[in-house]
This record gives sequence, structure tokens and C-alpha cells, in this order.
Amino acid sequence: MIPPAFDYARPASVDEAVRVLADAGEEAKVLAGGQSLLPLLRLRLAFPELVVDVGRIPGLRGVREDGNTLVIGAMTTHHDVIHDPLVRRHAGLLASATATVADPAVRHRGTLGGSLAHADPAGDLPAVVLALDGELVAQGPRGRRTLPARDFFVDYLQSALEPDELLVEVRVPKADGWGFHYEKFHQVAQSWATVGVAVLVRRDDGHIAEARVGLTNMGSTPLRASETEDALSGAGDAAAVTRAAEAAAEGTRPSQDVSASPEYREHLARVLTRRAVLAAAGMG
Amino acid sequence: MTHISVKVDGTTYEDDVEPRLLLVHYLRDRLGLTGTPIGCDTSNCGACTVELDGVSVKSCSVLAVQADGGEVTTVEGLAQDGELSALQRAFHEKHALQCGYCTPGMLMAARDLLREHPHPTSEEIRHALEGNLCRCTGYQNIVRAVQAASEQEVPA
Amino acid sequence: MTDQAVEGEVGRARPRKEDARLITGQTNWTDNISVNGLLHLAILRSPMAHARIERIDVSPALERPGVIAAFSGGDLADGLGSLPCAWPVTEDIVLPDHPAVAVDEVRYAGDPVAVVVARDRYTAADALEAIEVDYEPLPPVLDLEAALTEDSPLVHSDKGTNRCYVWPLKTGEDFDSVRQRAEITLKRRYHQQRLIPNAMEPRAVVVTPLAASGEYTLYSATQIPHIVRVMMALVTGIPEHKLRVVAPDVGGGFGSKLQVYGEEAVALAVARKTGRPMKWTESRSEGYLATHHGRGMIQDVEIAANRDGKLLGLKVDLLADMGAYLMLVTPGIPILGAFMYPAIYKMDSYDFTCTGVFTTRTPTDAYRGAGRPEATFAIERIVDDLAAELGLDPMEVRRRNWIRHEEFPYTSVAGLTYDSGNYEAATEKALALFDYDKLRAEQADRNHRGDTVRLGIGVSTYTEMCGLAPSRVLRDLRYAAGGWEAASIRMLPTGKVEVVTGTSPHGQGHVTSWSQIAADVLGVPFEDVEVVHGDTRLVPQGMDTYGSRSLVVGGTAVHHAAQKVVDKARKVAAHLLEASENDLEFTNGVFSVKGSPDARKTIQEIAFETFSSHNLPDGMEPSINAEHLLDPDNFSYPHGTHLCAVEVDTETGQTHIRSYVCVDDVGKVVNPMIVEGQVHGGIAQGIAQALYEEAVYDDEGNLVSGTMADYLVPSAPDLPDFVTERTETPATSNPLGVKGVGEAGTIASTPAVVNAIVDALRPLGVQDVRMPCTPERVWRAVKEARS
Repeated sequence: MIPPAFDYARPASVDEAVRVLADAGEEAKVLAGGQSLLPLLRLRLAFPELVVDVGRIPGLRGVREDGNTLVIGAMTTHHDVIHDPLVRRHAGLLASATATVADPAVRHRGTLGGSLAHADPAGDLPAVVLALDGELVAQGPRGRRTLPARDFFVDYLQSALEPDELLVEVRVPKADGWGFHYEKFHQVAQSWATVGVAVLVRRDDGHIAEARVGLTNMGSTPLRASETEDALSGAGDAAAVTRAAEAAAEGTRPSQDVSASPEYREHLARVLTRRAVLAAAGMG
Repeated sequence: MTHISVKVDGTTYEDDVEPRLLLVHYLRDRLGLTGTPIGCDTSNCGACTVELDGVSVKSCSVLAVQADGGEVTTVEGLAQDGELSALQRAFHEKHALQCGYCTPGMLMAARDLLREHPHPTSEEIRHALEGNLCRCTGYQNIVRAVQAASEQEVPA
Repeated sequence: MTDQAVEGEVGRARPRKEDARLITGQTNWTDNISVNGLLHLAILRSPMAHARIERIDVSPALERPGVIAAFSGGDLADGLGSLPCAWPVTEDIVLPDHPAVAVDEVRYAGDPVAVVVARDRYTAADALEAIEVDYEPLPPVLDLEAALTEDSPLVHSDKGTNRCYVWPLKTGEDFDSVRQRAEITLKRRYHQQRLIPNAMEPRAVVVTPLAASGEYTLYSATQIPHIVRVMMALVTGIPEHKLRVVAPDVGGGFGSKLQVYGEEAVALAVARKTGRPMKWTESRSEGYLATHHGRGMIQDVEIAANRDGKLLGLKVDLLADMGAYLMLVTPGIPILGAFMYPAIYKMDSYDFTCTGVFTTRTPTDAYRGAGRPEATFAIERIVDDLAAELGLDPMEVRRRNWIRHEEFPYTSVAGLTYDSGNYEAATEKALALFDYDKLRAEQADRNHRGDTVRLGIGVSTYTEMCGLAPSRVLRDLRYAAGGWEAASIRMLPTGKVEVVTGTSPHGQGHVTSWSQIAADVLGVPFEDVEVVHGDTRLVPQGMDTYGSRSLVVGGTAVHHAAQKVVDKARKVAAHLLEASENDLEFTNGVFSVKGSPDARKTIQEIAFETFSSHNLPDGMEPSINAEHLLDPDNFSYPHGTHLCAVEVDTETGQTHIRSYVCVDDVGKVVNPMIVEGQVHGGIAQGIAQALYEEAVYDDEGNLVSGTMADYLVPSAPDLPDFVTERTETPATSNPLGVKGVGEAGTIASTPAVVNAIVDALRPLGVQDVRMPCTPERVWRAVKEARS
């Protein structure tokens, strides 16, 4: 199908982008890699008056260190995230989960910032950044602000970004020494995660000292399985992990759709959480 | 209308295009380069895969304006001076195509794989092609062809 | 794949002639076609499953710049007849009117309501949004059983019923009496979910009119240019001799392009009204609504047997979803399956009834296998269930009932005469390749340990009928056309050869295979043969490509036509060599006189002699060209044994195919590489039905799996490597000994996979899993069995 007509702007700087967005109000859409937006346009599920292409703004792409934090430019492509040595060293969970997003051609265009700003709870990366305790940096006419991931995802396809704000950076604390695993369950290689579980564990003397569990597609936003996280602290064997994972679906509100029922998703969340934690903790 | 300049299969084109024009429609309808087909509207099938600035992309999910200043290689640009690429030869020899509609995208996706991983396992090949659907072959001969080409092709 | 050394071309794994263009992008898909002044046609479709059109106004679309014309269904009704159904399977079938564009009522989501024509596809797409339509919703009809009740809303209210037809076939002993004497009977209900064929090339149509002379060329992504020509002449009133239909490069069909579509009629009608060339190309999501679906049946199956596993009889009650209208062969699809339920088994009684049911969904019609996969699924599933019930190995039950190789030709209880086969040989080979006994041992071990990942082994021993079809059989089945095929051979003056075939390939490799057949008979090099197809002007007669018929009927016709060329050439050679025809030998394209090898003429020389015609026998026409129209005497019956091992994760319900082995017997093979490719692709589609694909509708009748993001076509990582082997029991019904292979893999693989899943879960109490066997369905089946 064919996208509806729109005006097009290609700002050269973040300031210019923010100005253009502010002028356009609610009717503008930011075009990052376009891998979520273009299918929406082609199916005529979105009718923006203006598309603001931020793909050529310098400085939004790439990864750098800032003390104990990794700073990833919003326009860094999935492909670059997967292959970036800093990401692989300090945020292996993000690299491995990003490798499960879509397919190689989509990963060449799609960007980390675009995926997060799209705020699709079925997307893999929102739950991963949530589990990483990441922060998202937005720039608007009033300057920059930093939002913790847990405040960024507001509702289905809705982030905390104002219409005149642009996501510029993703900041994740280095998770050196943490075990990690992203367990994605989908029916065919191409399909979205029915459920995904992103896990980070810090081990101490054979026990799990601390665990963070992010859930993909278990509600209208990505979620943390906080009861399970609490129960995991101190877990020293598979039985304890299994018990903790039983709480993984607490507080979730998964949807009913063509691929699964809420009941099945809740069941999957428990099973996959157990598997992901065991894998991350090296107990599998 | 937005003015763009794109180099496609070695030739530079300048055009005024609607911002909403998809790269694949630009190639097919404006440049007459119909070797790249369209198979879906959700970027699932991969039939329209081309190379943009050295990497594989789905040309149905890229606007022509996004390719401005860029360099595109399509299936029509693979053979050099009438000489088929190793992948093209292998697709022929291993019977990796039947109707041939997915073939341009498969070739471009496989080329991308071999550039990054010159000697992939069959499992890696299957995963690298996950964004390209074929309804005829069951994929087995495509995997065989990519493997055969990987034994010959000198990565660019 | 074994590729024994072969003398001639037939049997040789020739890489295909078709590939050179396809791998370099020098293609001619219908959507590639461009002519000066080409306009683009777009179609507005109903967003509702069932509604009355209260008001429609296309004029706002006309006000947009670049829009040339816009039409409602009413605007087009004058020049267009109802879309055809060529297979009214019973005398009293309910045959509703089927306008190409709905006039006052829409009956499925996607039913066309208006058409716009604009200067380019973008403008046309925009213009659709300007059209105003008011719908008065009517109740959808979605459940096949509820649709048949008295108080059901009606899809076609003027017909007074949703029952399209009832078609019975009762043969052998009365089933009730068999049921009485049987030691065991089993009843099962199986669901054949609706599938979307998903040929990779979406459909497209181009019409170029020559208004002054009233001539039209219709390019269409179709499997059946010849049938489309006849039908379009009838639907549009364009005289048949003024209508040329071309199937350019066609990117797969799988039955979905075995159709006469409304868009073809609309494009012709609009080209006639405007005098302008016209293109319509569907998007994938549009195609999901507008291109026919396949399967869609509920099968109630009862089998009667003795406790030693001996089958006595089979009863099948079928409800078949027609969708909203009857398209080209919609009602006949289940009937093609009717004869296949008894499959390879001997039994005394067969009692089949099919009830066709209208629903407010996209019409169904042929999808790869067309009736036969459904039949094979039902029989292979219930034979497995019977084996389990009796505590016998599923393969053992098959052995005790199948037709033994020495019993051929054998007339099945359904009345088909299977000419040849060797189920024992294929099965033995498959079991050895699969390592059946070792897998059974592993399965027992996992069951014993209570492993959460269970192993299952699925068996499918199938046969099918190919080579559609003897025309008299089609007459008896009330199909409107014949089943013959045409071929002609033109020997050109320079000795090159054109084969003109009535088949219309769209991926099958006929150019290569027909070249091999002709090269062998004529004794010319493979490279010297070209094959012409898919254009009614160049190929005056043909019945096109579907139902695994092309090689058996069309390829055999090529063989006969080539033989006729040799026969004529022999007369010329005898004349030139001053010898008697009986004294001539013909080897590798050379006629020579027995005993004097120097007296020789090549067939190429003879071709030139007939061109110059300077020295032909008295009274001989100056041509050795020949034509052959072949109407087959019988179907052909490929068979085989497919074995599938799955690992089922009982915690998540996910199925992983661990190994897949098949041994098919498709008779003699022209090109083993092409045959193997057909088997691979067929298995992939059958697995897709078993595990992944379903056209899902919601309670309002909207297609929920409406894009490729929701309809799960498997990609490379979702499928295993297949081990494919063959046995070769030649067909006796044609001189090539060939049987056809296009649908075999699809027919065989679906029950192999589902049998494997059920086999894995039977120790947990699971008796069946409905297709597609999604992880959730498997998980639920395990959960319910345990509770």
C-alpha cells in the first residue's frame, strides 16, 4: 500500500529539529530509521502532516562512555548496537536482545531510539532498557531532561516524550560482571515476541545477590517483574529460582491477540523467567 | 517535492520526488528498474531488499528522500560486465529459485551475510535470511546455494 | 538426491533455463509492464463482512487532480456479467449472482464497492479515501454449523439458505452394516483451517485496449490464461477473437491464480469505457482479502475396523466453507478430495457426503493440493488414532491394510483405478533413512523419564490423484471444461526448435523440462529448444497449469508432438536417402539407412529441406511441424511415505521439527533437481499448515490475520532440512511413465507433522491438537489432558 501525503523536513541539528517539531504541534512524526513508521504509513494507520527526518543530524549516532554509564546515541542502528564493543562489554544484554529484533535488513535501518520512542510493549528493547535501569534523554524547546525508563513508557505506543521533544540519548549503567539473558518466545522467526523476558543477575558466592527482570508484551507497557526480583535475591539453586519465577506474572495485564491469550502469556512469563534467570545465573 | 540525487547501480540520477515516495517505487516506477519487486506492505517478505550505502535494506521501508545522496545496488547491478556473481551462479546451479519472485531479495540478503560472515554455517544462513520469505523452495536449496557461494566468493 | 548417469536428457538434473533472467532481475512481472498513458486502477473494498450499501458517491474522488474516472458497482453493472463458476457440482446447487463490484450488498470484508482510475498509483490510492459509502450492517455468517440452522442469517437472502449443495458418494457395502460387524469404530472431528495461499507475487492486471478495432490485451498474473480468455469473453462480452490474454512472468500461484478474478473483468470494463491502458496491482494486505483462500472445512470422520487393525469402512461428513460466492472451481475443491479419503487402503465400504456452506468471508478455492491434503490428513490422522486405540504401531496398521504392489492395478473403494505403486518399497526406504526404531527407543526413554520435552514420530503414507484430467470424468463430475492439453513443435529452418505448450508455468520449470523431453525425442541439443507459453496469441490452445497436471498431460503431449515430427521427418529422410522408411534408423537426431551408415540425414537437415521444399515426397505438405492434443485416459497416482520427528516442549507448547524424511514415488522423473525442489516447497507449505498458518476472523467477520505480520508464513529458520529420496514405479498411463509432483509434499507433510505432535503427547493423554498446532494450543491440550 501507499503512504498518505505529508510534508517533509530534514533538520540539520537537534535544535532545528526541536523547532520544527514545536511549530508543527501534534501533527508531526519523527522519522528515525523508519522501520516502525513506514509500515504504519503504508497501511495508512498514521496520517502525519509533517515527517521530520532526524536521520542526518550529526552526533546522534554512536556509543561513548561517561564514567560508569554507557551513552548510546538515539540514532544508533540496531546493527551498530549489536556490534559495538562498548555495548558488548558493558551491556551485553542489550547487544544480545537487539540481535533478536526483526531481521538484518531492518536492523540496518532501525534505531535504538526509534524503537524506544515507538513504545511498543511487544518490542524487545523497551523491556531490556527497563531491566538495565536505563535513562532516556529528551531534548525540547525547554532544554534537556532525563527520564528513567520506568517513567518513559506511559501506555501502549505512548511515551513520555512531548510532541516537541526529541529522544537524543539512551544512558545505561554499565552492568559489568552481571549475568544476562534475553529469552524471546515467538511462533516464527519473523513474528513479534509473544512474551520476552530480559534478565540481569549479579551473583555473589554462588547465590543471586540481585536480579532485574524486564517483561516484553505482558501489558500496555514494558514491565518489571518486581516480586520475582525480590524473591530471587539470595536464591542459590534452581528450585529457588523456580519458586521465584512463579511470581513473574504478578501485576501484569497481558493482552489477548491473534497469537496468544492472557492466561497463556502469564504462563509463558513464569516459564521463560525461570529459564532466563537460570541462563543468566549460569545455573541452567 | 524534494530534490534528490541517488546513485543506482553505478548511475547517478537526480529527481524531484514526493517525500512519501517509497524507494522501491522510485526504482521501479521512476527509474524503470523493475528487477526489484514488491511482495508485502509490512516489511516482512524482503522481496524488495536492495543495498543502500553498503548494507541491505528493505526498499519498501525506506523513503526515496532518505536515500538522497546515497548509493543503491539492486539485483540488476550484481553481474559485472555480464559475469554473474558467485551467488547468482550458485542460485542457478543449486536450484535455489522456482518462481523467482523472492530471488532478488534473497540474493541481496545473502550478499549482505557473506560480506559480514564469509563462511557461515547453514544455521547462520537460515537466520540471516529470516527477513526474506520464499513460498516455493522450502529454503533448503537457498541455504545450499549460499553455502556453495561462500566457498567461492571473495568478499568485497 | 540420486542422479544416476543418464543417456538422454530425461532424467538429468539440468539447471534451469528460466533462471538466467530471474537471477539478474530481467523479469517481466505483470506489475513491471509499462506503456504510454498507462493509468492506475484502485479498488475500494468493504470494511464490513456483511452490509447493505445504502448510498455510494464516487464523485468526490473525481474532483481530485489526476483522477480520470470513478465507478460504483452500479456504474459497471451494465457491461459485466456475473463472475463464473465452472463447477456446479450438483444439479440443484445454489449459484448466487457474483458481481465483480458489489451493487447493493457486500458479503465479505474486502468485497469491492468502487473503482477509481488515476494517473499514478499514489493518486489512485488517495482518491479511494474520497469516496463516500454508507453501509447498513447486516449480521455476519461465520460458523459453518450455525449457518445451516433454520434461524441463521443468510449470506444470500434471495436464495433462502446458506446450504450451497450436498454431494454424496456411497460405494461398496453399506456403511451401517459395516459398522455393525466392526469390532471397533472411531469417530473424530478434524478442522481444516482456512489458509491464505501467499504466492510471493501479488496479483496484478494490465489491460491495453485498441479502441478503434475493439481489441484488448489482458496481462494477468494468472495460472490460466486460456481459461481466463474464454471466461472474460463471456463476462465482458468482448468477442473471444478480439481478446488476447497473456500470463507474463508469474511469481507463484499454488492455486490462488487458478481463478477468474473480478479485477480482470473490471480492468477490461474500465479500459473499454475510457479507451485507456490500465493497471491494477494488489498490495499484500489487499490480497489477503481479495485473493481466494484455501481449505476451510470441518471433517467428521468415522472408521470401522477389526481389532487386528483390518479396516472395514470409512464414513466422512464434510462441511466445506465456500465463502461468500462461488468462484471458478470453489464447489469442486472438496469433491477432488472425495475420492482420496480411502487413500492407499483396502476397505469394503465408503460413505462420503460434502455439504457446501456459504459464509461472509473471502471465497475459498484451490490451494496447493485442493481437497486432497484435507482427505489425506483425515485418513492418516484417524488411522494413527486407530493404531493407538488398538495398541499397534501406526506403521503396522498401514501395512495390514495397504494395497500390495502385486495387487496393482487396483480399483479403490472410491472407484479410482490406481495403475501402479509400491508402498512397501517406499516405506522400507523411508524407515531406514529415518532410523525409525532408534527414534522409538529414544521416545520410550523420554516418556519413561517424564522429560518435559517429548519426542513424537509422525507417519504419513499418502497417495494422490494427479494429471487432471480425463475429460469424460470431468463431465461426470459436472465440470464445465475438459482436461486435455495441447503441444506443438515447430522445427525452424536452422534446426532450432520451438515447443509451444498449453501449460502455463509460474515457477515449475516447464521451459527446462519440456526442453528435455523434446530434445530426447527429436535428438537435438537441449540448448536448441525454446518453449513458448502463456500467451493466447502464441499458444492457441491450452488448459493451463494446476492440479499437478502439467507434466503428466502437457509434458506427455510434448512427447507425442515430437514423436509426430520424427514420423514426418522419417518420410522426408526416406525420400532423400532413397530408402524405405522401414530401413531407417533414428538415433540422436540422425536418420541412417540400416547397413549403410554413411547414408544419413540429420533432423536439422530435414528441417531445412522442408523449409526449401525443393525435394519433398510427392503430395507432402512442406512442414514437419506437428501438434498433439492429449486427453488422458486416467489420472496418475504418486505416492510416498513421509516421516517426521518432533520435539514438543510441554511447558511452552512449542514444537521443533527434529528430522523429516520422505520417500516419494512420482514415477519416472524428467529432472530430478526440479522434482526435489517441488517436494521441498510442498513439504514447507504442508508444515506451515500444521504449525503456523491460519486466516483468523473475529466475531464480526473481520480478517484479523490481515497482514504478513499476523499471518505466519515461515521463513528459513522455521523449517528444517528435509531428507528427500525417491522410488520409481512408472505410471502406466503415459509413455513417459511420469505421475506429477507439484502437490505431493503438501499433501503428505501436514498429517506427518500433526501425527508426530499427537504421538509425542499421547502418553500425557492428548488425543488431538487442532491446526495450526500453535504453542498455545499444544500447551492447552497438555493442560486439559492432565486435569
